This record gives sequence, C-alpha cells and structure tokens, in this order.
Amino acid sequence: MTSKQKEIFLKKRYRAENRFKFFGIFSITLAVSFLGILLFNIFSSGLSAFFKTKILLKINFDEKKLGININTSEKEIKASNFNEILQEALLNLDLLTPELKKIELIDIVSVDATYELKRFYLKHKDQLNKMIEVSLTLSDDLDQLHKGNFPRDIPEDRRRFSDFQLKVFDEQNAQNKIITEFNFSFFTNADSRDPELAGIGSSLMGSLLTLLVCLILSFPIGILAAIYLEEFAPKNKITEIIEINVNNLAAVPSIVFGLLGLGIFLNYFYLPRSTPLVGGLVLALMTLPRIIIPCRAALKAVPPSIREGALALGASKVQTVMHNVVPLAMPGTLSGTIIGLSQALGETAPLILIGMVAFINVVPFYPIDPSAVLPVQVYLWSESAERGFVEKTSATIIILIFFLAFMNSFAIYLRNKFERKWS
Amino acid sequence: MKGINKMKKIILILAALVAFSVVTIAQARDQLKVTGSSTVYPYSTVVAERFGKEGKFKTPVVESVGTGGGFKAFCAGVGVDHPDFTGASRAIKKEEIELCQKNGVTEIIELAIGNDGLVFAVSVDGKDSNFTKEQLWKAIAHDVMYGGKITKNPYKKWSDIDKSLPDVNIEILVAPPTSGTRDAWDALVMEAGCDKDFIGLNGGNKKACVKYREDGAVIEAGENDTLIVQKITSSPNTYGYFGYSYLIANKDKIKPAQIDGITPTVEGIQSYTYPLSRPLFLYAKKAHADVIPGFKEFLGEFALPGTVGVTGYLFKVGLVPNAKETEEKVRDIVANLTIMQN
Repeated sequence: MTSKQKEIFLKKRYRAENRFKFFGIFSITLAVSFLGILLFNIFSSGLSAFFKTKILLKINFDEKKLGININTSEKEIKASNFNEILQEALLNLDLLTPELKKIELIDIVSVDATYELKRFYLKHKDQLNKMIEVSLTLSDDLDQLHKGNFPRDIPEDRRRFSDFQLKVFDEQNAQNKIITEFNFSFFTNADSRDPELAGIGSSLMGSLLTLLVCLILSFPIGILAAIYLEEFAPKNKITEIIEINVNNLAAVPSIVFGLLGLGIFLNYFYLPRSTPLVGGLVLALMTLPRIIIPCRAALKAVPPSIREGALALGASKVQTVMHNVVPLAMPGTLSGTIIGLSQALGETAPLILIGMVAFINVVPFYPIDPSAVLPVQVYLWSESAERGFVEKTSATIIILIFFLAFMNSFAIYLRNKFERKWS
Repeated sequence: MKGINKMKKIILILAALVAFSVVTIAQARDQLKVTGSSTVYPYSTVVAERFGKEGKFKTPVVESVGTGGGFKAFCAGVGVDHPDFTGASRAIKKEEIELCQKNGVTEIIELAIGNDGLVFAVSVDGKDSNFTKEQLWKAIAHDVMYGGKITKNPYKKWSDIDKSLPDVNIEILVAPPTSGTRDAWDALVMEAGCDKDFIGLNGGNKKACVKYREDGAVIEAGENDTLIVQKITSSPNTYGYFGYSYLIANKDKIKPAQIDGITPTVEGIQSYTYPLSRPLFLYAKKAHADVIPGFKEFLGEFALPGTVGVTGYLFKVGLVPNAKETEEKVRDIVANLTIMQN
C-alpha cells in the first residue's frame, strides 16, 4: 500500500465516521423535536385549564327568600334553595332585560353556582340579610371565550353564546367583575359533564388506589418469586420453562390481562366491577413479570464473594440470602418495581374490560369504590364534544406526565443513592 | 431480621386486603350501574350527574364500552353483579335477546330516549354542498358500478361523480369499524345508497356495499370524534361524519352538508325527514326494579320533559327529543314498567 492509497483510505474512514455521527445527531434531533412538539402542543392547550373564570356578583342573602333564619340548622340550610337569590342577582345585572332574554342571563353562570352560594353561606352565616359580593363560576362557554378559545367576531348563530350574553359579559368585564383564579377544583372535583366543574379528583384517587393494590400484591410476590428462582430453585427443565414463561408474560399485550381479569376476578370470584381492587389485581398480574426480571438481574449482580463470605461464617442459606444478598439487591429491585408501576399507571386497555372506563362522579376513598384512572380520564374527555374538555384533556396529560416523571426520577434517585459499584 | 419483619408486615397487609374484599362481595349494591354505547354515554352521564346531585341516591356509574359490549354485559345475568341499564345506538338484536333469555334476563324494558342525527360536515371555510346517499356511497365504497361492470372505485373528484358537485378531490374522514357511529352510517348511507345492480351482481348480498375504499380518499380517523372535527377544521375540502352533538358544540368551526337537499335540524331529525337520523335507546332490567334503590327514579328521569323534552337539559348537549307520540309511549312505559314484546 502506497502512502497515497493510505491517505485515501484514511479519508474514507474519517468520512464514514462523520457520516455516522451526523446520522446519530440527526436522529436525536428528530426525536427531541417530536417530543418538543408534543409537549408544546399539550402545554399550550392545557395550561389554561389550571385557571378558571369567575364573576363577582352582588348577592342579597335575604332570609325571607331563602326561608331560613340565623338559627336554622346546617342540615336545613343544605336542603334549602338558593336559586331565587342567585337569579335575582343575575337579573340585576341588566335591569332592562326583555322577558325572553332572562333565561340567557341566568345561563351565564355554571349550574353549580347555586351550590357555590350555599357553600359560601355555610362558611359566612353572619352575612344573612346583607348584600355581599361573591365570586361564582361562569358557564364553560363564557369561560372558553375569556380564555380566547372561542372566537367572538362571528355571526351569532354560529356561536355558543348569544349577542346579549356577550354584551353583559363585556359590561361586567369592563367593570373588573370578571376575574381569573387558580382552578383548585380541577384537582379536588370528580368528573362532571359540565366542563367548568370537571376535575381529576376521582381519577387521581383511583390511580393512587389502583397502584397501591397493585404494589401490595405484585411487590412481595414478585420479590419472593425472584429470590426463589435465583437463589434456591434447582436448575432443571421445570425452572427453565418457568423462566421462559416469565419472560414471555412481560411481553404479552396488556388487554390479555384485562380479559383474564374479567374471566377470573369478575365472573368467577364476583369481585365488584369498576373498582381499583380489581384494577389493581389485573395490573399486578401485568406488573409481576416486570418486577421479577429486574429483581433477578439485581440478585445476579451481587458478587458470589458476598454469599461465600456469609456461608463461610456459618450463616444458613436463608440467612445469607435475606441478610446479605437481598439488601444489596434492593436498589435495583426497587427501581425495577417503580418502573413497572409507572407502566401500570399508563394502562387503559385492560381496564376497559373490567369496567373502569366509566363516568365517576364521586371521589373514591376505598379500593372497593367505583373509580376511573388518569389515562381513562384522558380518553373519556378527549371523546367529549364540549369545547371546555379540550383543555382539560391536555391538562390531565400534563398531570400524568408529571406523575410519571416523578416516579421515574425517584427510581433513578434510589438507584444512584444506594447502588453499590463492585470493583 | 429487619427484612423478614418487613416481609411479615407486607404479608399481613395482603391477607387483610383479601379478607376485606371477601367481606364486600356479599354486600348488596346501592349504586346503579349503566353500561353501553359511547353515543348514549354523553347523555346518560348528564342524567346520572344530576340524579346524584339531588342527594337522594348515589350517582350511578356509567361505563362507555360500545353498544355490542354493553349488551354482552347487560345480558350476562340477573343480580347485583350485573349492570342495571345499557345504552344503545340501535335497537337490540335478536341474538342479543336470545343471549339475555339464556341467562335469565327475560324482562327487558326498552326506552327510546331521543334521537341522534349523523352529520356529514365540512369546515366553515369549505363549500356549501348537497349530497344524495347514492353519491356518498359512490365516494366511499371500495367497488362501484362503472359502465355496467363492478370496478374498483374510479372517482377521484366529487365532480367525477356528478357535475353538480364541487371540483375538488374526495377526502373523507371516517370512524373505525368498532364504532357505533360507523355502524349507523353503514346502515343509513352505505346500504341505503348502494347501487341496485351492484347488489344484484353480488347475489343480493349487501356486505360488499359497506366495504370502504383503500386508495387514500377515505381515511380512518380513529374512534375520537373530537379529533375528526379538529382535522376537518384544518383542511377546508375534507369531510367527516359524526353525531349531531358535535355540530352543536362546534358551530363556529364546521357546517353541515345537506343530504337529499335537507339540512340537519332538530325538527328534521325528530321527524326522521332528515335522512340520517336514528333513535337512541336505554334498556333496563325489570328484575332489578325493586332490588337496587333508585332504579325507578333513574328510569323516570328519562321520561321527564325537563330532561328529554325541548326545554330539557339533554337538548342542550345535543340529544334531539322524541316526537310527541313516542314521548307519550315512553311516559307510559316508565309509569308501568312495561316490558318489551318480542
């Protein structure tokens, strides 16, 4: 080979290297930009859901109209009707309202407004017979208008609100009576068919309860299975078959576990439908192999010298495993478990079959209360026709992403903090 | 020893949980369960929410699993483990009645809760248009009649089908085969608009009529109707079909095409003069009427004018009320818990 040939060959190699680098950078940029577009899309449409639009309304808590007095018990107040004073206050916004437009005026606030008044009064009983300004939630259409999600300069018949409602809204806005505040109820309220009231309270609790049931079941069973398979089981055909099956199960589509859950837990054991208990059981089946595999890998990574050392000092096999090997394998096991759980958190398919894709209007507290989970909420809201649910869908995705990011970074933290490097 | 103690604790919790769940199985249910169609879901949930807000009964759980899946769960048996109601975007089929009877669900109450219209719509920036069912079939079908023979769909532009139609490429977003909306569209448009000779050449079988073309003119857009609305908004010549409520909620973005010269309106859908309208149903299990608290009251909600009438709250979310006669029939059925005859 002459020196010239060598030079050409060398140049070729450099070119190949540069090409390879370029392709690498290109695919990373592409992946990052897709992620960026996705996140931008979700955040730009979802952030407004964390705020809600309210109207400051002068309310007269007239005891005659409410049919209560200062001594009325809480129970009776709850049973009384606050609609009349609400409607009176709304009609006072425009005293010249024609008879036919009155219903439009009453419709500018949410259907929850009378309950909001009731809750306000229960906290401020001293306001009886007084005139006071209360902030009430606006209807979702005006809320969307205020957030700029509805156009205003189009013909009336193509709008969701009338010219008259728009006029009243603008007047109130000019007087600074329209306010925007942080939407706490988005986190505490259960699902609702009125977008301005709908919240993720029920699905968030549902997700937590489901994950709890899933963790309680899959973690001990998974760890025990992994320890036995790795440390105690004899190496023969049967354990080999088990091993292959565990690896297979980890790759089975999740809907299959849903079918299994329907067949066994619902139709055979008669466990209650639509509950985190059954959801957790199904997800535990799904998560089990995903815990066993990293747990076994972590056990395998503990060097034999630890076991041999313990055995040499006279420890029994169980003592060796429980006192020496398992604690050292814990970081890997825990991070594997958390990643398995975060996969379970994002599942919807198996939950359809066991009835968790459902409208749940009450926040659940026990694993046997009917509930939905966060990804199901995303699915249900994305299907809804009302405009207000568009931002809610994205906002729920934001919460879900935060949830997942938190769990995954916790897994990484555990690993970095406790993992030991063997050198 | 720490590890073992922890393990013991976990096993104890596990045992407690299992015991806890066993106890609850024996308990009676005091919460209504509704399952069924995703088309009925937006309406039954609104009723359920109001029903719960009144405070006398718990808010019913409403599932969205599709009409067919709903009947499967509904017909699985009688007792607290099985749903009390199921929503349907079509009438119950014979096989489903048989399945019900086989499992002891013999007394079924059928309630027409209102009507839904299918809307064939385009962005507000698109052209106003009028289609017949035949033209729509020609635009969507996989094979059509052309020159007396069955051929692969040759139509690229609407104007190829008929000179009166716009001179733009055919582009239609459709629902996937699992969707109830697609079922309804197939029955109301694809089968009704199918060429007579085409059916004849296929031996009288209408199955080939509902096969959609696969050359890119018809795009399957997924189960999500909101997404279809968003997509047709962004390209002015793309059409899509979905339920009437989506039109009501998105009037600022989309407009409906006329079908056989008729614009979808409340009156048109109610009287079925608008060709693409269909009734929606709620089915109830009479055997549960005296067992699950709130059963009769919940069913009763669907007969109140304040719920399903022209002034009712379901009208606001897009459910088109029943015609007068049906309305009276429904009130009768609810009052007497009349079971359906088959």
